[in-house]
Amino acid sequence: MSDLTNPVEPFLRSDRMPHIWCPGCGIGTTVNCFARALIESKIDLEHLALVSGIGCTGRVAGYVKLDSFHTTHGRAIPFATGLKLANPKLNVVVYSGDGDLSAIGGNHLIHAARRNIDLKVICVNNLIYAMTGGQTAPTTPGHAITSTSPYGTCEPAFNLPHLVEAAGAVYVARWTTFHVRQLARSIAEAFQKKGFSFIEVISPCPTLYQRRNKLGDGLDTMKYYKEKSKVRHGAPTSEAGLTMTGEIVVGKFVDRDRPDYQTLVRAQLAESLGDRFVEQAEMVCS
Amino acid sequence: MKADPRGVLTGVHFIDGDHACCEGALAAGARFAAGYPITPSTEVVERFASRVPTVGGTFIQMEDELAASITLQGAVWGGAKAFTVTSGPGFSLMMEHIGYAAMTETPCVFVDVQRGGPSTGLPTLPAQADMMQARWGSHGDYEIIALCPNSPQECFDLTIKAFNLAEEFRVPVMFMMDEVVGHMTEKVVIPPADQIEVTPRRHTRKSVDNYLPYETNGDMVPDMAHAGEGYKFHVTGLTHDEHGYPNMTPPVQDKLVRRLQNKIRAAADRIAMFEEQNLGDAEVVVVSYGITSRVAQRAIDLARQKGLKVGKLRLITAWPFPENKIRELSLKVKAFVVPELNLGQMVHEVERAAAGKAKTFAVSHAGGSVHHPEDILKVIVEASR
Repeated sequence: MSDLTNPVEPFLRSDRMPHIWCPGCGIGTTVNCFARALIESKIDLEHLALVSGIGCTGRVAGYVKLDSFHTTHGRAIPFATGLKLANPKLNVVVYSGDGDLSAIGGNHLIHAARRNIDLKVICVNNLIYAMTGGQTAPTTPGHAITSTSPYGTCEPAFNLPHLVEAAGAVYVARWTTFHVRQLARSIAEAFQKKGFSFIEVISPCPTLYQRRNKLGDGLDTMKYYKEKSKVRHGAPTSEAGLTMTGEIVVGKFVDRDRPDYQTLVRAQLAESLGDRFVEQAEMVCS
Repeated sequence: MKADPRGVLTGVHFIDGDHACCEGALAAGARFAAGYPITPSTEVVERFASRVPTVGGTFIQMEDELAASITLQGAVWGGAKAFTVTSGPGFSLMMEHIGYAAMTETPCVFVDVQRGGPSTGLPTLPAQADMMQARWGSHGDYEIIALCPNSPQECFDLTIKAFNLAEEFRVPVMFMMDEVVGHMTEKVVIPPADQIEVTPRRHTRKSVDNYLPYETNGDMVPDMAHAGEGYKFHVTGLTHDEHGYPNMTPPVQDKLVRRLQNKIRAAADRIAMFEEQNLGDAEVVVVSYGITSRVAQRAIDLARQKGLKVGKLRLITAWPFPENKIRELSLKVKAFVVPELNLGQMVHEVERAAAGKAKTFAVSHAGGSVHHPEDILKVIVEASR
């Protein structure tokens, strides 16, 4: 008899299904890509931890069958930093939304990139605060209607790939939820990198963003992603800004190497302290 | 178990309270600290940053206190004993993560070297005005433990105790120093490692298949696993069931929040530490803590010289408040005198526990210096009438 198990099922907490995400939401698609990336890269799941903040994407931590932490709003990155530094053997993934990572958590985002902490950050960008009912985010494109900008936003939006590249990330890519294979490949690639990796996934929120802005439903958004995305590997991130209905530059923008935080700290301490430097032992205080 | 000798700087030292606190943390087994500079607490992490690479561990200076107070919790779930150190404004920023630690039952220590407030207040001068914030600062119902050292020696001894209590009860422990205790230099004796008891993590002995992260076994405190051990557990600040899964229903909320509260309340008498003197014949009891207890000692001695029957109760544990002790005393004494470097915080707890059986007199002080012993004496005299 053929095996009818979905290949991503072993990565999910089936006992927590159904999930809370709306029909047409892209977060589930990204989780599927994440699971496929894990299969492809044969990552040791026992040493993989996932950390989320708060929001719709923040709920990912509750659905993956991994050591998973649903932390406070904006603070997934510093929690993940502590986890990684205390147990460097862990692969630590931060999986959260645009508002969580770039507004309330924006300070931690740039500093983790600056330090080059060895974290894989997956940022699902639905251009809005969805969990709380569709308010303006720092990523909301100009003129978009949200519940707190009923006449249209006028603030310039963050171009996240540009931001994290400037702050020091070693790997920066962007895809949409239409680009499932490319996204899975990028996630797998990020696991090969040592240092701060950032993958932005443009994702629909048909319930709040697309509906309020008369951009159609989930399927219409897929068509938009398909038609208006332009794959430009290595494109200058300064050219990757987003508008409401314009081109979406996708691809791998940054792939460079520089020593990660723990490598630098160890080298510095070994040089300064010589024989007095004691390598961090297994911290596990059983 | 006994302390890991690598972290114990056995010997007789002449150091300040901040440095003694750092040595206490190292002796207790803390191998991770995340901090953000703030006067008058910074010396604790400065020393840790210098010492911990020679012991085997990590210090990271974070971008703010919001980060520091959650980075340390990531480290705890990675297997470390961890802490952070701050003062008033930083303590305010850490409140959300004190709630997160209480909700997720993350054992950790928050050191607050108190200075004058509100807001930026008196960065270099003492106060004891964060006592209620330590207890109630984060939203929702929860319990914490708070300890108040009154000397550099106690900064060492009680920091170890703070870590031990954090591990035993899986609760954030507030270590409530003040600027004077932090910057006061005195003799500190650090015993050999084999004379220091440290409480190990409550690590589960269950197999991966049988482990439920928030299942308790009689004593209301669940056993922990660490990331990377194969348990694949989930931790959330949402209301959760024994699986650690979000379950936002009134019965689950009721069960969880009452347990978080009761695990501390039920053990309050066991956690309570205080120093008492002359309570046998006392008509007036001076209740104090931290640096104020040392000023109060002078006032008590002066009152005794005047023939007044004054006793001393020094709170070493501020939270859970040792209300049974106050209640018991209130049946025997005329009055309590409560000097503190704030405009009235712990005095309300004394008054609540005394429940009208004995009078309560505050000796308030807005902070910036310590009390003058004469000011406390005057109130003792008034209370003795």
